[in-house]
Amino acid sequence: MRYITRRAGLFLITLWAALTVNFIIPRVMPGNEASAVLATFRGVNPSALHALEIEFGVNVHQNLIVTYFQYLANCLTGQFGLTAQRVPVLTEIISKLPWTLALVGVTTVIAFAIGTMVGVVSAWRRGGRLDGILPPLLFIVASFPVFFVGLLLLFVFAVTLNWLPLSSNYSIGAEPSLSLSFAGDVLTHALLPGFSLVVVTAGLWIYSMRNNMITTLAEDYVKMGRAKGLPSWRIMIDYAARNAILPNLTGFAMQLGYVLGGSILVEYTFSYPGLGYLFYTSTTDHDLPLMQALFLVYTLAVLICVLLADLATAGLDPRTRDA
Amino acid sequence: MSIAEISATTTLETGALRQQRGFARFLQAVLRNRKATAGTVILLLIAFAAIFPGVIARDDPLAAIYGQDLGPSAQHLLGTTQLGQDVFAQLIWGTRLTLIVTVVVSAIATVISMVIGVTAAYVGGVTDRALSLLTDIFLIIPTLPLLIVLASYLPPGSLTMIVVLTLTSWAFQARQLRSQGLSLRTRDFLAAARVRGERTSYIILFEIIPTMTSLIVASFLGLSVFVVGFAAGLQFLGLGNSTELTWGTMLYYAQQGGALEAGNAWWALAPGAAVAFMGAGFALVNYAFDEIGNPALRPVRKRRARTAA
Amino acid sequence: MPEPLLEVDDVSVSYLTDAAEVGAVDHVSLALHTGEFLGIVGESGCGKSTLLFAIAQLLSPPAAITSGRVVFRGQDLVQLTESELRHVRWRDYSVVMQSAMNALNPMKSIGAQFKDTMRAHEHVSNEAIEARSSEVLRLVGIDSAHLDSYPHQLSGGMRQRAMIAMALLFTPQLVIMDEPTSALDVVAQRSLMTQIKDLQQQFGFAVIFVTHDMSVIAHYSDRVMVMYAGQVAEIGATRSIFKQPMHPYSKGLLDAFPSVRGPRRPLIGIPGSPPDLSRPPTGCRFHPRCSEVMPKCLTIEPALYPVGDTDVRCLLFAKSLKDAV
Repeated sequence: MRYITRRAGLFLITLWAALTVNFIIPRVMPGNEASAVLATFRGVNPSALHALEIEFGVNVHQNLIVTYFQYLANCLTGQFGLTAQRVPVLTEIISKLPWTLALVGVTTVIAFAIGTMVGVVSAWRRGGRLDGILPPLLFIVASFPVFFVGLLLLFVFAVTLNWLPLSSNYSIGAEPSLSLSFAGDVLTHALLPGFSLVVVTAGLWIYSMRNNMITTLAEDYVKMGRAKGLPSWRIMIDYAARNAILPNLTGFAMQLGYVLGGSILVEYTFSYPGLGYLFYTSTTDHDLPLMQALFLVYTLAVLICVLLADLATAGLDPRTRDA
Repeated sequence: MSIAEISATTTLETGALRQQRGFARFLQAVLRNRKATAGTVILLLIAFAAIFPGVIARDDPLAAIYGQDLGPSAQHLLGTTQLGQDVFAQLIWGTRLTLIVTVVVSAIATVISMVIGVTAAYVGGVTDRALSLLTDIFLIIPTLPLLIVLASYLPPGSLTMIVVLTLTSWAFQARQLRSQGLSLRTRDFLAAARVRGERTSYIILFEIIPTMTSLIVASFLGLSVFVVGFAAGLQFLGLGNSTELTWGTMLYYAQQGGALEAGNAWWALAPGAAVAFMGAGFALVNYAFDEIGNPALRPVRKRRARTAA
Repeated sequence: MPEPLLEVDDVSVSYLTDAAEVGAVDHVSLALHTGEFLGIVGESGCGKSTLLFAIAQLLSPPAAITSGRVVFRGQDLVQLTESELRHVRWRDYSVVMQSAMNALNPMKSIGAQFKDTMRAHEHVSNEAIEARSSEVLRLVGIDSAHLDSYPHQLSGGMRQRAMIAMALLFTPQLVIMDEPTSALDVVAQRSLMTQIKDLQQQFGFAVIFVTHDMSVIAHYSDRVMVMYAGQVAEIGATRSIFKQPMHPYSKGLLDAFPSVRGPRRPLIGIPGSPPDLSRPPTGCRFHPRCSEVMPKCLTIEPALYPVGDTDVRCLLFAKSLKDAV
């Protein structure tokens, strides 16, 4: 129980830190970006404008602390103001969220599955000819910038072979519906961006999982498993893999931030209109309200995943149950 | 503990001899390890291109005087850009700034993370918990989104890049350096320093940190792999200074100029490949460093003599 | 004399590293009979644990058996494949390791670890498994309610006893123990040793007990083997070795433990330190530290010479020049 309380505490503190960062940045950064942006907001919904003024410290003639708490209250009720297109920020985010969620969600699950299996097995079967080449190769592929992989795939499959579409999440002119053909269209559009993400993410996970597994294999209880005459697969899974994965689940979750960053770049490369692409356009439009709200969304996503990992660890690792 | 046990733990080694053997063995290990050699060669090539770009690429990278969107040929090894600039020249001349930003960021971030990690480990208590919390916060907050927000407020350019990247990268290795610091905390040579009356800051700077050299170098290398990717990523999105010539800005122009659709693949792929190449160089040396640096070769400290009981 | 239960015949074990080949065990032979308790004693790095794992076929790369046979119940274990070995493991011989905290899987309950062992060898019902598990726990004085406990929930002594209980699941004929008492305080040590001896007398299994502390096995072992630098220095009946150690090393080890009742005398240690096994000393490996060293000890490698009912690897006991060449 104490373990969960501690982790929930970290969740709240980091969330608070991110919210505070959002509050502080417009106020400490040199120049007057914020006021310049807000000056363009004329004749808009007054409460939305007010929320923006509070967030960015423009036209605010009251105590900083009071402003800060008003800002926090706004955030908790989802009042993030308006985008450069005068659409409520929250609405815009919610409309694009499913696309990114689908892309990142599916690729992360696939990458984790591949990463775990390949990592575990490659550590188990050490000493083969591949053993000298595979790990550094994986490390290198894992460190490839994700946009390079994306561009390469685009070049090969979209431009040269023309097998897959060049951009976007569904074909221009297609009507979004729950039909099979639309689903197929979406899938072909998501294939290359998804694949780019999987390649880089899986590479990273295979590498870390393999390292964890190798460390675990040196433990005495693995040797005991062998001494007891247990079948090989059972030792690999029950005695080694389980002990390699579970304590590191939170660590894996923390790498999600890197994956999300990669997803932003992938969406930009493929002009895939999810939150990442939105992030990009917010920079070109100099749309600070949207940008900062997106920053919060991404941070919250990582925090939620880390907390879920913590809960899983608490549930599955007997040692934390008593901690 | 039996007398037999005590006699088993006596060692007598003089510092100088150990250090000599250490360095020679290190050099040998680097040359014998193919990964280290490959990585070092890559980094040397890149460094050469950064220092002497004119030797490799004769053309002025910014001169828009050639035919537009040309494919690779004898005159233009990687073709030309949409504006008629030589891509190969851009690639070579862009190396310098890319390398500088990467190395400066990694160096400063490693120093910061080292100071924070070791201080947290050595001082312990509330300081440790506060610093660890700070590290965790920076580790969880996703890097690219934070980078984007910060960079949007600051004037575009390499200095901004450096500041912003350092701020988001220092946490990367702080945890590992802290664990290493923790394991060293109980060692005898530190107790000896404390008994001599040395200040905490002295102990941290002159006793602990020199012992951790190999981990620090490994941290620097490992960090570089990702810094070069993040820097390029930021510039790719257009948050760099588009008047500066780096691989990232090349990618930005290629994407904006529709390089792939126009069939000018090399313009888009070459800088990306270069980033991957540099990353691979650092990664190889880092990987080899992990192999070499532990446990076969520990960093050698200046004074080391434990006498028989 | 009936056939020995275990015959270790000229076994050598090396660690093959990048830097050098380190001979951890050098041509060791021993014979163990049913129900016999053999103690293997030596300082850290003498190869006793390596020998133990070699016998149990639990070595991992870079360590490997480079010569010799390990004949257990008529079968050379070295020649068996891993799947053939699996039939013999735990049913015929089992292993008790030094630290139960490290040797027990932290993620599985004690009962679960007993269960997967039994399941690996036989098709038995859950009731039978639980009955047997409770039975072995009772043997070592642990309440069967602890079958649902996890290793970290038990005390150090309990964990160690649980490991011994697990080793007796199939009442094997041989139990190999690697310093099982090292992590315990002297009181718990004594209690555990008595328990082990009781169980041995009850079930008649043979024991190989590795330790760096001679006093632990003094009252319990039938025979003692003293190892030094990967070789057998002296081997014989416990009584004989304790009463009159022959090898200068054994003498040194015993001199480090003055009797509680005897006259006071200054403690004498063994000077120097164990050799680097990648470059062992020439001739007798103990010569750099020996108080009775002779010139020929630097060049001639002694064999094991019989002296009464012990064997000693020391040139002092080479009967004639012929023996010593």
